[in-house]
Amino acid sequence: MSLYATQKLLFHLNRDPAVQQRYRDDLPALLDDYDLDAEEREAILGGDVGKLYVLGANGQLLMHFAALLGMPWADYIESMREGVRRHGPVRAGIYAMTTSTDEKVAGV
Amino acid sequence: MSLVFAAICSHGPGITGRAHLADPAQKDALHAQMHGLGESLREARPDALIVVAAEHFANFFMNNMPPYAMGMADAYEGPIEDPGWLGIAKTRIPGDAALSRRLIGEVMKEVDVAFAEEWKFDHGIMVPLHFLTPNYDLPVIPANINCQGPPLTPLPRTWAFGEALRRACDAVPERIALVGTGGISHWPATPDSGKINEAWDRDFLARWVRNDRAALLDYSDEQTYRDAGQGGFEIRTFIAVAAAAGGEGELRHYAPIPIFSVGCTVATMAIA
Repeated sequence: MSLYATQKLLFHLNRDPAVQQRYRDDLPALLDDYDLDAEEREAILGGDVGKLYVLGANGQLLMHFAALLGMPWADYIESMREGVRRHGPVRAGIYAMTTSTDEKVAGV
Repeated sequence: MSLVFAAICSHGPGITGRAHLADPAQKDALHAQMHGLGESLREARPDALIVVAAEHFANFFMNNMPPYAMGMADAYEGPIEDPGWLGIAKTRIPGDAALSRRLIGEVMKEVDVAFAEEWKFDHGIMVPLHFLTPNYDLPVIPANINCQGPPLTPLPRTWAFGEALRRACDAVPERIALVGTGGISHWPATPDSGKINEAWDRDFLARWVRNDRAALLDYSDEQTYRDAGQGGFEIRTFIAVAAAAGGEGELRHYAPIPIFSVGCTVATMAIA
């Protein structure tokens, strides 16, 4: 697993309009620049925020990525819960979930 | 001339971006307090504002992560986030490279701070500025403490950074304001978002208000992570301000607002 590379891609994508343009124009080519494994590549290709959350991507990087994707707040929060339902607990990092998947802490 | 103003406030992106989802009375009370802090800032007639922030990968990443960094440019840009999502338009924020350079030179006598001639602001700085300097007419000098990518700087070093900032402010002829922005307990950017440990927050703020150095430094990252979440690591920004100001604090506002993901805080501190 190459979580570092996944996060580095998100870092570049979130802050750099040129990378955002490459994301829109030719995402597979952009991903070739990063040492991702198949699971990570598939998650980013699919905009799968829930899977990226479970893989351990830093929550702040992921939140800005979800904003870039135009996800409404409630959908973004729910996508992370759905990721945990489908793939199990967060595997790395400091953004583990401590509530349950049927809990809506802030009402969303 | 010296440090002329010191304060802390929250910076959660929901404060602007999800304002429409909050209880209007809670939101209005917080926004009024944030605007009021801006008025107090202006009354201090600062020539520049240092914002001690805890950024979220707008500039710094684990390929080369500085524990402490300060901006050294004549202008900055922000927010990096989608403006519709954050509720803040993209803009240019004035800086003062020459003043930064002098301040950084002074800080470096005590703390090995990194400097950056490019710096993009994320919600960690843009949300406070949206209220404090809404016309973006005051030069801003960003300072960052890494609170995202462990290993994180130990709290006593954060205190030293705050003291070094104070010495630097006192060594330049300009009037400098200092605002620290961060969260207390919170679990942002997770499904837990909205979880707030109010008792922990109030205990931390009591330590901050009486500027009790020993009590403020008496947290381990393990304890903070358990009791206050990964967002609790941002107490470093508040601790640095306490070290710089040296006086007692005045808590103007504290209200846990789950949709804003944090116990929303506005406070000032006397300069002693």
